[in-house]
Amino acid sequence: MSPEMLILTVLAIPLVTAMAIFALKAVPDLREGATLIGAFSLFGAVIWLVASMGGEPPSLVVGRAAPGLEFAFKLEPLGALFALVASGLWIVNSFYSIGYMRGNRERNQTRFYICFAIALFGAMGVAMAGNLFTLFVFYEVLTLSTYPLVAHKGDANAQRGAQIYLMTLLGTSIGLFLVAVVWTYTLGGSLDFVSGGLLAGKIGPVEASVLLLLFAFGIGKAALMPFHFWLPNAMVAPTPVSALLHAVAVVKAGVFAIMKVAIYIFGADLLSTTPATDWVLGVACFTIIVSSLIALTKDNLKARLAYSTIGQLAYVTAGAMLATEAGFLGGSLQIAAHAVGKITLFMCAGAIYVATGLTNISDMRGLGKRMPWVFGAFFVASLSIIGIPPLAGGWPKFQLLLGAVEGGHAYVAWVLLISSLLNIAYLLPIPILGLMPPKGSPEPAPYKRPEGAPRFVVAAPVLTAAGTLILFFFMGEIAAFLAPAMGGA
Amino acid sequence: MLEALVSLLPDMVVDNAAALLVVIPLIFAGLCVFMPNGRSAWALTVLGSVASAMCALVLLQQVQAHGVVSYHLGGFAPPLGIEFRVDALNVLFLLLVAAIGVLAAIFSWPTVSAEIQREKHTLFYAAHLVCYTGLAGVAITGDAFNLFVFLEVSSISTYVLVALGGTRDRRAFPAAFDYLLMGTIGATFFVIGVGFLYAATGTLNMVDMGNRLALIEPGNRAVVAGFAFIVVGLGLKAAMWPLHQWLPNAYAYAPSFVTMFLSATATKVAIYALIRFIFTIFTPEYTFDALTLSWIFAPLAMIAMLVCSFQAVFQTDVRRMLAYSSVAQVGYMLLGISIGTSAGLSAGMFHLVNHGVMKGALFMAVAGIVLTHKGTRINDFAGLGRVAPLTMTAFAIAALSLIGMPLTAGFQSKWTLLQATLDGGWELAAVVIVASSFLAVIYMGRILQAIFFQAPVNPRKVRQEAPLLLLIPLWVLTLATLYIGVQADWLIALTEAAAKASFLSGGIL
Repeated sequence: MSPEMLILTVLAIPLVTAMAIFALKAVPDLREGATLIGAFSLFGAVIWLVASMGGEPPSLVVGRAAPGLEFAFKLEPLGALFALVASGLWIVNSFYSIGYMRGNRERNQTRFYICFAIALFGAMGVAMAGNLFTLFVFYEVLTLSTYPLVAHKGDANAQRGAQIYLMTLLGTSIGLFLVAVVWTYTLGGSLDFVSGGLLAGKIGPVEASVLLLLFAFGIGKAALMPFHFWLPNAMVAPTPVSALLHAVAVVKAGVFAIMKVAIYIFGADLLSTTPATDWVLGVACFTIIVSSLIALTKDNLKARLAYSTIGQLAYVTAGAMLATEAGFLGGSLQIAAHAVGKITLFMCAGAIYVATGLTNISDMRGLGKRMPWVFGAFFVASLSIIGIPPLAGGWPKFQLLLGAVEGGHAYVAWVLLISSLLNIAYLLPIPILGLMPPKGSPEPAPYKRPEGAPRFVVAAPVLTAAGTLILFFFMGEIAAFLAPAMGGA
Repeated sequence: MLEALVSLLPDMVVDNAAALLVVIPLIFAGLCVFMPNGRSAWALTVLGSVASAMCALVLLQQVQAHGVVSYHLGGFAPPLGIEFRVDALNVLFLLLVAAIGVLAAIFSWPTVSAEIQREKHTLFYAAHLVCYTGLAGVAITGDAFNLFVFLEVSSISTYVLVALGGTRDRRAFPAAFDYLLMGTIGATFFVIGVGFLYAATGTLNMVDMGNRLALIEPGNRAVVAGFAFIVVGLGLKAAMWPLHQWLPNAYAYAPSFVTMFLSATATKVAIYALIRFIFTIFTPEYTFDALTLSWIFAPLAMIAMLVCSFQAVFQTDVRRMLAYSSVAQVGYMLLGISIGTSAGLSAGMFHLVNHGVMKGALFMAVAGIVLTHKGTRINDFAGLGRVAPLTMTAFAIAALSLIGMPLTAGFQSKWTLLQATLDGGWELAAVVIVASSFLAVIYMGRILQAIFFQAPVNPRKVRQEAPLLLLIPLWVLTLATLYIGVQADWLIALTEAAAKASFLSGGIL
């Protein structure tokens, strides 16, 4: 198949999967089979597409909505990485979802799987978008398709959380992001992603500043403070959804969009001469530190992980704003490294919940003895998030440190170091208390399910925890693969 | 394709399409009165609307081929005789009115049967066709006084139609009466304005009037006063803030069918008349430079977009909420017009068409719920996503379009509008558009959440969709919303041609 056909195939697979899920809704086993086949074939198609990428990135214009608004797709290295990560993790997440949803006897499972597949469609579109308009469209597809997932439980609490989720993401995207897109079009004459930056040399520092602020805060999915609060509120969702939001698609799509804007709309040269770059960098650093501090205070495991995500993904924004090759590279690698690490943590949290119904860290003392695999996986993934080699998270931090020093922002290096210390402080106590409880602490509550967590639910995080280790050794190759995209720096 | 259609029709029809477009519905209205029952009157209405729509298509073909179609009523040549004149500007509005007219006619049967007393059905359909005639007449005529007559024809029949909602809800009577008072004042203002212009120019033919106005020195007080009267009069009809007070009640208490039809056509036609006067009878140079119209229209438009969107957030009745939203959306259109550039005018008209389509769909869906569930409060909509998924999905798509979601018509028009404001250097207006969209997220979000995520008030498990005759036109409009969302080149070409026609013909034809 030609790369162009493959692009269409990659977009079509999640949609066909969604239809198949709907058609098979009466037979749960077949329905889940459809999800799994969809996930595997999507990953396969993405690999095939990436493998067939030669010198020129494959591109495809599907149609035109109005003059200047084209549905265009173009697969460049950064997008390829995002597509690989998202589609690969969809497989793991699907197995996990099946175990979790059945283990918890959740209702409306058909809607759940359909929305999940459509969300993946959105993520693929974001990854392969050839211009800002297409990116914006799929960004909104992602928002709308994940709303029912967040509201899944349907009780008052879930509705409130989902409402905040939707309002924040729609509000920022229509209120700020869309304006930025339109304005980019007026200033740049097109919306294409151009290496070296579409707007480079076309606008002055004031316009560039305003525009950059609109992008940075308008892409609400990137969860830059003060637009981060939707993420903790979305914690009402079932755990597989949280994993999707944090690790696979949603926040990732946000920081990915920021990265794309930084590299292809602004370009390193324009960014480094724009005053607002430093402001956004400052906000990102603020977000990193403050969210880590908030995470320390949270006893609810998922809430703690949510604040951890906010901080960890502000790394990507910070990397983009460093406007150096190392910064771009570090930010991009962080997308992949954090995905594998954070999905592990969330799946562990879900496994604990399915087995015991526990959500608070203080109740989990000594639980590790009964769930050694889960807590072991949690431990490894924590180390990766903290950034300890030989785990995946080490690489991006190193690159970011390099970028901070190169770019002359020494304070960012300090922020990164402090953040790592805070990560240790809020992540490591969890597995340590679980595996080695202090003497005299009460026995943890008995299993809610007598047989413990379902096999899928335990196997998935163990697998991804191993992934963090494997990924470490491939980071060099990924970096080499990404290098052409960072070229303009 | 259009040529093929035109070639199928007899020459007599093609030559007289402009007259037939108005005359057919008028004759059918008369016939309706003599029909034995509502069903045959309804059949006549559908037939008349379809025939009239065919004429609109013929006119579109002729305009695209020849530029301007001028039809002399009774064979008397203008400027003395009455002229029907179709150019790229008003053919757009004729198409809108005709398309909505056909869909509304199909959709009318189930809702009129349920909401109007049986013995009034024939008269109801007659009144509707008269109203349609008036609206089409306003859009097609080339004579200023004739425009007044058609405006009154449509208005007076509208008062009747709104008042017929009184069988369901007695508050329709005061609403109709308010509308009658305000509408009459508006019409009077308009005719006074026309009188002033007649005194200054000595002609009522619009083209002739434009030519002669160009010769009058700019400071002429009669002309300025005439223009002011006309703008206020038409502004009332168009529900321009703060002249919109009649609209929320009229929309909320009129029969569902009337609300749907009016929301998609009536204010739009008044806006057309405004554009006609501002751009082609007067010139943009005169109205925007000498009379600084931007400074009057733009603030009012922006206030409408913010204030009325804000009011919509606090409504408990869905139809009132949509009505306030309509006033806000009129603000978008006026904002586009007030920029005073061709791009702005085109964007305003683009939004006008899109809004007609999506608001029509929204009110149709609400009509379906009135039919099956009897309630129009937001609470009554709770849980309907499961009970009537087809109706409510259409509602949701149209609502998302109103918010401005990508892949819907609403996104396209907001995009062009934002671009026109930024091109014109109106950053503040762009901010207001965005703020108003955000309010739309809130008020539409409330109802969508009720529909899809709240438990039904009375948990009946039965699926109860609106009848097929309602679902078909509803989905035609919904699919049109989506289609314009992914492919709007053709529509933008039409609005751009319309805008260009307005700018070119200004005072020189």
